[in-house]
Amino acid sequence: MWLVLPVIGLLEHAGLKERARSLVAGLRGASTSRILLAYFAVRQITAALGLTSLGGHPQMVRPLIAPMAEGAAENRYGALPDKVRNRIRAHSAAVDNVALFFGEDIFIAIGSILLIKGFLDQNGIHVEPTDLAVWAIPTAICAFVIHCTRLFLLDRSLAAELEREKAEE
Amino acid sequence: MITLEHVYWLSGLMMAGVAIVNATDKTNPRRINNTAFWGIYAITFLVGTHLPDLVNGFLVIGMVLFASVRGLGQGKRESATLEERNASANRWGNKLFIPALAIPLVTVAGTIIFKRISFNGSPVVDLKQVTVISLALATLIALSIGMAMLRPPVFAPIREARRLLDAVGWAAVLPQMLAALGALFAVAGVGTVVSGLAQRWIPLDNSVVVILTYTLGMAIFTMIMGNAFAAFPVMTAGIGLPLIVHRFGGDPTVMAAIGMLSGFCGTLMTPMAANFNIVPSALLELPDENAVIKVQIPTALLLLAANVLLMNLFVFPR
Repeated sequence: MWLVLPVIGLLEHAGLKERARSLVAGLRGASTSRILLAYFAVRQITAALGLTSLGGHPQMVRPLIAPMAEGAAENRYGALPDKVRNRIRAHSAAVDNVALFFGEDIFIAIGSILLIKGFLDQNGIHVEPTDLAVWAIPTAICAFVIHCTRLFLLDRSLAAELEREKAEE
Repeated sequence: MITLEHVYWLSGLMMAGVAIVNATDKTNPRRINNTAFWGIYAITFLVGTHLPDLVNGFLVIGMVLFASVRGLGQGKRESATLEERNASANRWGNKLFIPALAIPLVTVAGTIIFKRISFNGSPVVDLKQVTVISLALATLIALSIGMAMLRPPVFAPIREARRLLDAVGWAAVLPQMLAALGALFAVAGVGTVVSGLAQRWIPLDNSVVVILTYTLGMAIFTMIMGNAFAAFPVMTAGIGLPLIVHRFGGDPTVMAAIGMLSGFCGTLMTPMAANFNIVPSALLELPDENAVIKVQIPTALLLLAANVLLMNLFVFPR
C-alpha cells in the first residue's frame, strides 16, 4: 500500500491536488455533497463487481477526492476555516470505507465470503457463495440509503457550521 | 513467478531510500530517529521472512523505541510552494490525472489478465496475492509515466515519498502491530470467554435476544480485535450455530452473511482497524486521529440497527 506514495508525491509536487480543485471550480452545480455522493456510488458499485482496487486512501482520497470535495466548498464559501476543512477530509475518507465494506460482500470471490464458507464447511453446514452474496444485498442497500442521506445533508450542515464560525469572529 | 516476497523487496528498497533521504536532511532535528525508524522498517521488508520471529519482534520493539523516545520529527517542507504548484497545475492541466488514474486501472487490468495467462503452464504471478502484486506493478507503471512526463530529478519520487511517509509517521506500522495484537487475543482465548459469559448471563431462550447478542457481539468483538474475520468464527461457534441455527432453526446463510456485515459496522468504529481509520487520518493530515471514526459512528450504529432488523425478518423461514 505504501508503494503508491512515490508517484502520488511526485504528482502532488506537480500540482495534482490544485488541478483537482480547479477542475471542480469549472463544474457548475458541484458541491461537497454531490462529489462525495458520486464517489460513494462509484466505489460501492465497483466493489460489488469485485473491483475493490478502484479506490483507496493514498491513491484516490488524498490526491483527488478530498481536494475536489474541499474545492467545491471553497467555490461556494471562499476560504475555509481549518475545522470545516478537516471535517470535509474526514468525510472523504469515511466514504471510501463505508462504500467498500458494504459493496465488496456482494462479490462472490471476496475474502469474507470465502471465510464464511470455509468456516461453515468445517462445521458440516454447506452454503453457496452466491446465496451469501445475495444476502449481503439488503444491508448494502441500507448502507447506501443511510450514508447517502447523511452526505446529502452535509452541504447544509457545512453551511450552518460556516455561519456559526463567522458569527464567533 | 512473481510473489509477495518481490513486493516486499520493492517496499523495503523504498523504505531504505526514505531512511537515506532522512539521514541527509539537516533541517530535521530528529533525523537520527527518523533514519533508524524507516531503516529498521526497510530491514523487516527486505529480510524479515528469513529472520526468526523473535528477531523480527525485537526489530519492531526497536521501531517503537525510536518513535517514542523523543519521537519522530519532520524536515522543513522541501516541496514546491503553492504558487509553484498552481503554475505547474496550469501547465500540465488534466494530463496530471493520467498517471494517477493509471494506478487503479492497471491494477484492475492486472487482476483480470494474470488470472488468465500462464507461462510454461504455471501462472506468472502468485494468484493468491494477485491484487497486491498488480497494485505494485501498477505503481511502477504509473511512476514511469509520471517520470517520462514531468522529467523531475531522479531522486524526486523518493524525496516525495519521504515527505508523505513522515506525515504519516508511526501510524504507518500500526496496522501490522494491531493485527498481531488481535491474533494474540485470539490465541489467548478471549473469544471463548466472551461467548461463555454471554451464555451464562444473557437470557438466551428468546430468539430476538439471541439475534441481538450475536449481531452486537460481532460488532463489539470486531471493535476489540480490529477485524471482523477474527470475530466471526468465535461468535458463530459460540452463539450463532448452537443457538440461532440449531435451537431456533435459523438459516445459516442469512445468519452468516448479515453477521459478518454486523462485524463490519464494528470495523467502522474502532481505532484497532488502523489501516481503515487511523492511517487515513494521518494521510489527510487531520489533527484528531479519531476524526474518521467520529464521522463513521452514526452510519455504523444505524446500519447495525438495520442488520438486527434484517436478521429478525429473514433468518427464520416462515
